[in-house]
Amino acid sequence: MTEKIFARASERTKLSPGENVWVNVDVLMTHDVCGPGVIGVFKKEFGDDAKVWDREKVVIIPDHYIFTSDERANRNVDIIRDFSNEQNIKYFYDITDRSNFKANPDYKGVCHIALAQEGHCRPGEILVGTDSHTCTAGAFGQFATGIGNTDAGFVLGTGKILLKVPPTIRFVLDGEMPDYLLAKDLILQIIGEISVSGATYKAMEFVGTTIESLSMEERMTLCNMAIEAGGKNGIVPADATTFKYLEGKTTMSYEPVYSDAQAGYVAEYRIDVTKLEPLVAKPNSPDNRGLARECKDVKLDRVYIGSCTGGKTEDFLAAARVLLASGDKVKVPTYIVPATQKVWMDLYTLPVPGSGGKTCSQIFEQAGCNSPNSPSCGACMGGPLDTYARMNEPQASLLVNY
Amino acid sequence: MAATASLPNPTTFSSSSLTRRHHRQPSPSTTTFTPTKQPSSFKPLISLSPTLIRHASVIPYVTNPTSSSSSPSSSPPATSFHGHCYVVRDNIDTDQIIPAEYLTLVPSKPDEYKKLGSYALIGLPESYTTRFIEPGQYSTKYPIIIAGDNFGCGSSREHAPVALGAAGVVAVVAESYARIFFRNSVATGEIYPLESEVRVCDECRTGDVVTIELGESRLVNHTTGKEYKLKPIGDAGPVIEAGGIFAYARKAGMIPA
Repeated sequence: MTEKIFARASERTKLSPGENVWVNVDVLMTHDVCGPGVIGVFKKEFGDDAKVWDREKVVIIPDHYIFTSDERANRNVDIIRDFSNEQNIKYFYDITDRSNFKANPDYKGVCHIALAQEGHCRPGEILVGTDSHTCTAGAFGQFATGIGNTDAGFVLGTGKILLKVPPTIRFVLDGEMPDYLLAKDLILQIIGEISVSGATYKAMEFVGTTIESLSMEERMTLCNMAIEAGGKNGIVPADATTFKYLEGKTTMSYEPVYSDAQAGYVAEYRIDVTKLEPLVAKPNSPDNRGLARECKDVKLDRVYIGSCTGGKTEDFLAAARVLLASGDKVKVPTYIVPATQKVWMDLYTLPVPGSGGKTCSQIFEQAGCNSPNSPSCGACMGGPLDTYARMNEPQASLLVNY
Repeated sequence: MAATASLPNPTTFSSSSLTRRHHRQPSPSTTTFTPTKQPSSFKPLISLSPTLIRHASVIPYVTNPTSSSSSPSSSPPATSFHGHCYVVRDNIDTDQIIPAEYLTLVPSKPDEYKKLGSYALIGLPESYTTRFIEPGQYSTKYPIIIAGDNFGCGSSREHAPVALGAAGVVAVVAESYARIFFRNSVATGEIYPLESEVRVCDECRTGDVVTIELGESRLVNHTTGKEYKLKPIGDAGPVIEAGGIFAYARKAGMIPA
């Protein structure tokens, strides 16, 4: 289906892997870390007075280094704000009051989750972003991949990008998902199988009865880590689950694309999920796969639950259910960083199934976790030195990201 | 094992179709993109040689390509790079190349570009006892990096090839690259991401004096006396030589000059 999406976006009838084509971009996303660089390239190459190719197709989302006193980080948010104002960018999710995220009605949080929640991910489209985890959006049956500042600057001016059509590896996941597994376990299984370069330059297509049973957030977790296998993109065919999720989030029309029955794949992997167990990725690589039960004696210094991979509403619901089932208090500092404002609100409002009406926040509090912090990428990739939950010395942390 | 690989309909791709020819010469009928205003010209990467000349014990040099100002469809440039090499292993990720805390530096600002260079490869583990850049310096003694598999994996941060280029790296010779890093190297024109055919990183040591003959796709290690064939840079070459995709696109007439 990736080949067909490329074909439509390049106005060609048919394409084969390996062909280099210019495609029309439907959405370009950037954030506070790369945005200023992209803007610099854009202005340098197209001129100070140049206008972006389409003010409605650019989505600018501050999310990385937000809640910090680092002057350059703060300046970078100012730069993307100035540009958004100058260009009248329709979708700029601004934050001006860093001391209280709730005082910023437009602010969303983690870009990949915000893109989905705001209806910017649509089947059949081409979405590029200045972040490696842009592949998350492939969960919606579209082509989504990460690009650098220069490529993004080019897209800003022209609305087009030169891409090579990737060959596809097909992952067929069948079987009823056991209740002790999450999509994260599925993708860790796959990455452990093919290694961090196993999908380099390739599309990873996820199909099968298990995939069809996954929610959108679980599909996002799956596609999110395609890059951890080196993948160009991850993709899940759109279906009723997708269409239902998009209802009310977007008014734009879209046309899903599906793989032909006789489509060619460069490799195929079949997985029976009923045979899998919870997994972890041990230091220092996402492909250093280990069984969770074999790591139970590893001493931890802290736990961090957050990021685009593990900080969505369903991730916290799953965490809450585990804590509820154990009934114990956490033994190490446990940091909760919801991905977006909406996720934050869900922590305080949604009842956790089987808890008798308790919310995630109540369960986390009873278990002794730290209170949920301001939504952003947080300490996932470190960030400025004063970032909440940042590890500033060697420690063992269980991270619910990569 | 829960996962098994089966190939019911394997589509085989010959190695040539998988070479990284990102920016092929466009045909004359390619659409011209017309943004509203045109900016200044691009300096070719090759002229950025001051950092290579400074080193005392070996005099590095970069010969100017004969085809630097000719059309993009010309033969590969007759360019050589010479100097000490710095050897790294497999899976060098972008966080090792330029740790996240330095990403507040914006590459398009000249003084911050220079600062990025000073942090190149500062994230390498302590097992790398020779530092890539001496503390307090802005550029490296090693214009050529030799690496294993999957160089540049991890994040899409363009700061990675930029930091290397800013530090004075002209080329990396790796067994293979992560996709976004390779793409960013070409798009910015900062470094030549060359590929070797064998594990050159196992046969070279940091400090070896090497020469890369770009036009002949050849790496020579003068210290060991061995020579290695490199995969041709192909269509990415003219793009890097022009100084990146914008300069190339202007030369090729894809965007107005």
